[in-house]
Amino acid sequence: MAIHFDHKPGLVVYLTAGDPSLEATRAIALEAIDAGADVIELGVPFSDPLADGPVIQRASERALARGTRLKDVLGLAREIRAARPSAGLVIFSYFNPILHYGLARFADDAAAAGADGVLVTDIIVEEAGEYLAEMERVGLAPIFLAAPTSPDDRLEAIATHSRGFVYAISRTSITGKQQSLTTDAAALVARIRRWTTLPVAVGFGISNAEHVAQVAEFADAAVIGSAIVELIERSTPEASPGAVARFIKGLHLPQAELAR
Amino acid sequence: MSSVINSAEHSAVAESRPGRFGIYGGRYVPETLMAALVELEHEYEAAKNDPAFQAELAGLLKDFAGRPTPLYFAKRLTEQLGGAKIYLKREDLLHTGAHKINNALGQALLARRMGKKRIIAETGAGQHGVATATVCALLGLECVIYMGDVDMERQELNVLRMRLLGAEVRGVSSGSKTLKDAISEAMRDWVTNVRTTYYLLGSALGAHPYPTMVRDFHRVISIEMKQQILEKEGRLPTAVIACVGGGSNAIGAFYEFIPERAVRLIGVEAGGRGKALGEHAARFSGGSPGVLQGTFSYVLQDEDGQIAATHSVSAGLDYASIGPEHAALHDSGRAEYVSQDDAATLDAVVRLARTEGILPALESAHAVAEALRIAPAMPAHDILVVNLSGRGDKDMGILARELKL
Ligand SMILES: Cc1ncc(COP(=O)(O)O)c(C=O)c1O
Repeated sequence: MAIHFDHKPGLVVYLTAGDPSLEATRAIALEAIDAGADVIELGVPFSDPLADGPVIQRASERALARGTRLKDVLGLAREIRAARPSAGLVIFSYFNPILHYGLARFADDAAAAGADGVLVTDIIVEEAGEYLAEMERVGLAPIFLAAPTSPDDRLEAIATHSRGFVYAISRTSITGKQQSLTTDAAALVARIRRWTTLPVAVGFGISNAEHVAQVAEFADAAVIGSAIVELIERSTPEASPGAVARFIKGLHLPQAELAR
Repeated sequence: MSSVINSAEHSAVAESRPGRFGIYGGRYVPETLMAALVELEHEYEAAKNDPAFQAELAGLLKDFAGRPTPLYFAKRLTEQLGGAKIYLKREDLLHTGAHKINNALGQALLARRMGKKRIIAETGAGQHGVATATVCALLGLECVIYMGDVDMERQELNVLRMRLLGAEVRGVSSGSKTLKDAISEAMRDWVTNVRTTYYLLGSALGAHPYPTMVRDFHRVISIEMKQQILEKEGRLPTAVIACVGGGSNAIGAFYEFIPERAVRLIGVEAGGRGKALGEHAARFSGGSPGVLQGTFSYVLQDEDGQIAATHSVSAGLDYASIGPEHAALHDSGRAEYVSQDDAATLDAVVRLARTEGILPALESAHAVAEALRIAPAMPAHDILVVNLSGRGDKDMGILARELKL
């Protein structure tokens, strides 16, 4: 029960928990895992998601309007863990909900729920002292974001403090779909690898099979967020799990091929 | 309260780090912005110590913005209230109508020095937007201003001024459609265009180095105040009073007096229309420590750490968090923070207009309202200095409606 990518490229799927409902997120996550997702990132909805584009902003608003709370997201993590013991599971959040819940209490509860790791969008390595200590205390993997703008000294700190995988941001931007991958991503992954043997996942804007194939050439995994969240937005709650599974199979991951 | 706040070890570490005010401040931003913030910190340090930069800024503050601003003795108001002497620091007389130009000029010169040609900013009341549009026109820089839809409607005059000055005003329709959402949208733009764009933040908020840098650019307010009151009265004031939105005019008005322990420092928050969460913007009475938009400070939030809605008749004070240096001044007890509600603020506008012939901005009128409240019970030799951060022309629409003019 740890984060692992058995095939290249691996797939990380981001879901905003509670959009359109906790039950739906659970069903979508299980289908996504069965269709080939190695890791599920469960997004904790936040009122002011300043690193997110319109798609995830809207999903967060819907999830909050339904009353989704951090403790509900941890409960959802527990259910997904129980149903799929070997899938990777990451709690993805802005810092304030965690801070307000209590960092130590969050660490305890996330570990007890069976999460493997945590990614906090607005925590940078310099400010992560107590957060890192808590993650280590409970055995959760802290995953940091690396950006194309991060200079080498920052990448070194990010790579050496990350566990599980390093998340490389494909371009300087907020989350959202894009037409084509920039050359930023490959260069960034190459720089990250100078300091770590951890897998490197590339995310932000990865929207289709072509992008995933490109990512496979230089990274270990692709992260898909907005494209799937938008698909969920456009589907009915009943149809969403199937639609997400079909989308993932359409990415032609090696794993999905095997399962078929 | 969270363990971050309670942990003595954490505060010990925090205090020693740059960009911290006690345990508050710091940097809580997406990694993409970190290189830009570090670069900004270094460039600002270099500019601060560069006599040529300081000379150019001083020249513009004097000849373009109109500094020094007068310290005016409000004689009729003082006589009417029958207590402490009331002085007004006339930041409302600055070019563009508010203190915001002090910071806009400083940061725009810095942006030019850094070779950035595209400037973005957020605005609430529109005064920072107008100041930014103005300095961009002056220096020939591209200017994009983010403003919540609610604020665009209630401060329409300033929207028109920004457009006339050549800025593009982008409405923000997410969240509460006010200052907080404008800041989030400006940060999204910055993350996306960080290589070419300078974010000219308008208050003593956000990630390091902004709270320190913005404070430094407004420090001139208290430097002048101190000199002027010594000239006029031969002694320091009993208290300095300023309204607090993000906290830029207040920290500028307080800063030189912080070591003068006998001088009371009084920050006035927006009491809005009620005490319930969502009805006001009084962070110190209704909020608790948290992280919003890059900094650790007091935040109005619900039991899940979701940011609460706020209300104030003044767009410039209508914000869920407060600059981190104020959080530290609050906790140490060095400054006091009170609130004045919408009704008292409107009364203060009318009172100042009809007694002194000065129409204050709704933001600044919160500080005036506090002076009206405390002056009568104070002895006649006490001195209150009110920072009149801006003028009220922009508020005529709201005033016409609220006061049925
Ligand atoms: C005239 C005036 N005063 C005060 C403020 C509040 O900002 P701060 O607390 O940063 O001074 C504003 C903000 O728009 C303003 O326009």
